[in-house]
Amino acid sequence: MTAAVFFGCTFIAFSPAVALFLLTIARDPLRVIFLIAGAFFWLVSLLLSSLVWFISVQISNKDSGSQQKGLLVFGVLLSVLLQELFRFAYYKLLKKANEGLLAISQEETMPISVRQLAYVSGLGFGLMSGAFSVVNILSNSVGPGTVGIHGDSQHYFISSAFMTLAIILLHMFWGVVFFDSCERRRWWSLGTVVCSHLFVSCLTFMNPQYEGSLIPTYMVLCVMAGWAFSCAGGSLRNLRLCLTCRDKDFLLVNHRPR
Amino acid sequence: MDFLCFVRSPEKTRKMGPKSSKWIQLLLICFFYSHVSCSSVEQKIYVVVNKTTPCVRLLNATHQIGCQSSISGDTGVLHVLETPDDLDWITETGPHAPYMVLMETPAFTRSTMMRLKNSTRVAGVAVIHTSTPPDKGFSPHTSCPNQNTGVYTQSYGPELANCSTTVWNPLGNGLSYEDFPFPIFSLKDDNETQVIRKCYEDHNMRVNGSAPEYPLCAMQLFSHMHAVTDTVTCMRRTDLQNSFSINPEQLCDPLMDYNVWATIRPINATAKGHKANESMVIAATRLDGRSFFYDVAPSAEGTVSGIVTLLAAAEALRSVTQVAPPPRNIFFAFFQGETFDYIGSSRMVYDMQNNKSVIDFDNVHSFLEIGQVGLWNKQSLWMHSDPVSRRNDTVNEEVSSLVANIKSAASMLNLSLDEPNSTQALPPSSFQRFLRARPIPGVVLADHQSSFVNRYYESLYDTSEYLNVSYPPNLSPEEQLEYETEAAKSLTEVATLVARSLYKQAGGEDGMLKNITADTKTMAKLLYGFLVKSNNSWFRSLLPRDLVSRERNPILESGPPQYYVSLSQSQPKSVTTFVKYILANMTGTATRLNQSQCQNPKDISGESKDLYSYDWVSGPASENHTTGEPFCVRAPVRLAKAESPAFELRQYGSREYSTWTESRWKNIGARIFLVASPQLQMLTLGVGIAVLLVSLVVTYFISSKADILFSSTHDAPSTTY
Repeated sequence: MTAAVFFGCTFIAFSPAVALFLLTIARDPLRVIFLIAGAFFWLVSLLLSSLVWFISVQISNKDSGSQQKGLLVFGVLLSVLLQELFRFAYYKLLKKANEGLLAISQEETMPISVRQLAYVSGLGFGLMSGAFSVVNILSNSVGPGTVGIHGDSQHYFISSAFMTLAIILLHMFWGVVFFDSCERRRWWSLGTVVCSHLFVSCLTFMNPQYEGSLIPTYMVLCVMAGWAFSCAGGSLRNLRLCLTCRDKDFLLVNHRPR
Repeated sequence: MDFLCFVRSPEKTRKMGPKSSKWIQLLLICFFYSHVSCSSVEQKIYVVVNKTTPCVRLLNATHQIGCQSSISGDTGVLHVLETPDDLDWITETGPHAPYMVLMETPAFTRSTMMRLKNSTRVAGVAVIHTSTPPDKGFSPHTSCPNQNTGVYTQSYGPELANCSTTVWNPLGNGLSYEDFPFPIFSLKDDNETQVIRKCYEDHNMRVNGSAPEYPLCAMQLFSHMHAVTDTVTCMRRTDLQNSFSINPEQLCDPLMDYNVWATIRPINATAKGHKANESMVIAATRLDGRSFFYDVAPSAEGTVSGIVTLLAAAEALRSVTQVAPPPRNIFFAFFQGETFDYIGSSRMVYDMQNNKSVIDFDNVHSFLEIGQVGLWNKQSLWMHSDPVSRRNDTVNEEVSSLVANIKSAASMLNLSLDEPNSTQALPPSSFQRFLRARPIPGVVLADHQSSFVNRYYESLYDTSEYLNVSYPPNLSPEEQLEYETEAAKSLTEVATLVARSLYKQAGGEDGMLKNITADTKTMAKLLYGFLVKSNNSWFRSLLPRDLVSRERNPILESGPPQYYVSLSQSQPKSVTTFVKYILANMTGTATRLNQSQCQNPKDISGESKDLYSYDWVSGPASENHTTGEPFCVRAPVRLAKAESPAFELRQYGSREYSTWTESRWKNIGARIFLVASPQLQMLTLGVGIAVLLVSLVVTYFISSKADILFSSTHDAPSTTY
């Protein structure tokens, strides 16, 4: 019976990411490469933060509860900042790589736009961080037991899966906004991205009050989705046009090769 | 990954070859948690129960007995069995089948267990071991122990075969010899069982007879056994693997260990076969017992009473036999594995018949076996003999003279001693195996006239308390070691009787008999070591130092040793080792050899490794030294392999010899956790599938309309490079 929980949670956590990958990325080899490179950058940031974590746990006092709690907060903050730093490094690298790419490209323009780059690398970050945050929980969900023998909520698995879903999508949106801010040199919005990342990570300290962490996270997700949408060139008008399916003639006017 | 936190201590887990898929999973998880052996999520879900004892599978030529779980463990919703009502709930009406039955030892009866066995709604049983024994007695052994391998068969005293005249163990319900398709574990009654009870009370209690709501408390037991059907099948499969597989997996191992023997006059132990001019009186007892559960066998009355009596008798004989050696030799034999169809004695007889033993049957003068003697309570002891062999006049004469010798020794001690009805068969005893080979005159000394007095034969309750080895409160361990309990005093009398009888039977002078007295102090120490705590200063002083200070698999424990024969893995079992070194102390002498001479004394005049074994023992600790002064003990004590001849002859279906094997297993464990309702699980799956479908549709929609959605008409930067 518990294979049901495993598959349910896996679908919840990863199906948007997988759908996006299959339908928008997998067809284009260049995008796949950038996705994997993004995932790699996230991994390097995790490596660094876990190194720091390992050292600081070794030198900390293991009996002091408040110190351990403080260490955890410190670890989360450090990890978030490192992730954002690596996102910036990845952006810089892409800028540099672009010139090379352009040189070997036979066309006049880049085969991939910076917005697409932002989206692809953001999804790469999200996939990797989602995988790392949920895979051990998924592995335990296969067993016969469920959380709760010590009085914990038995909705642990499903809320973890929804949290992961939000984190993956958020990484994607943060990527889009982040790259856009860098392009336009709007440092305040860069700061907002980092702050919202910090905020969402700190929300997990609300656990095991899952409502307390999930609801604000999804609110942030909505805001970031809107912001990323507008950064990516979307607008309410586009959305309305799109939803009402009056796009045929609009297409003719604004058609532009991708 | 289920097993990440769950591999039991290595000495219980016998290593097997890897099962690839499980290991790959494990490796993957280990990769993620390279230095954390157990994830915190796992700790949130599972509470591992550590102090458990499983019931394991044993096999003989025709049957398998014991219990086993499926390979991934058996899970069931916990239900406490207290009333007959609970039994109905478990086997018929309860809606949450399969159930894991939790019961206390008073409920562990044959009728309950058979009802659970015949129900398909039982996932397993966990028995909480409470120390108060049932008043009316409890024995999970058969009512006729070792029924088919004793001396009485259709060709030898057919009227006595199959316990037809005397049922030796009338309380025996045969539970130990049932085959259960589910795991059965014994739990120690302490904090862990409190956690289990609390989990049950919080989640699984029935309110007014209605079923409890999910989440429910459940338990999972792991005791998957590799062997199946019988020894023949299992050994065939093992042999097949050994000949064809690169990485053979043993499926079962023969029960075996070592017999201990010693003589009062040394004999050449390297020369096998007949010993010229030697006539031996064999004094024997057995070394092992069992209970329903694996490696829990206190066997106080069943086994220990005989061991301590014979050891104390050996000590009582030492000084006299040095001053006035009797014309015949005395051969002390401690047989291992007797519970399982006489493994030790049948091997000894086999070796004697095939000139592989140090003596042969022509060297045997007579036989005195010590049976269960712990409960005689100064009433009366009984001398059992074999009515069939006594039909022969010469044998009858010799048995009568042996009986007369014992009686005369008893009359000096004011003990009452009697023979049971002359048509009664021998009780289950090693002597029966010798009678199968030759009609040797012999007697089995026991505290029962017909059926066993022991109400807890081969059960968990046959403990020191049952033998009345109890101490006044506030005694330190050292004081307890020296304290002469009533049991020690009464067993000392038996030991004195045995020693004097042996001396007289060996042809010793009557005048010396009064000098032979067993020491109550020694008996007190023996009882303490064998029944209460083997890790005591006296045992430590008698053992070699490397055994005392061994870190892995220490043989000295803070409790009594367990008497289950088990499998000898390169070294003898703890009980065998204790008996060997204590017997060396009782029959041997301290020498002035140094450590290297002790290891290799062959160049020193007067010393011979053929006649003696040499042991470098720790020595008693004095007041100011925590460790004693080690010295070399020379004693005519030896170990002899006690493996059933069936395995040497490769007759795994043998009806003559013991064919008991123990199945192998990979892990034994138990854990408790909550299980979610099937509705919640299905809901999770449903939500997952819904999210999958929605995201596919939305993504397809967005990507197909991407041109419109993301077509900025305003301040787009020059996005192309």
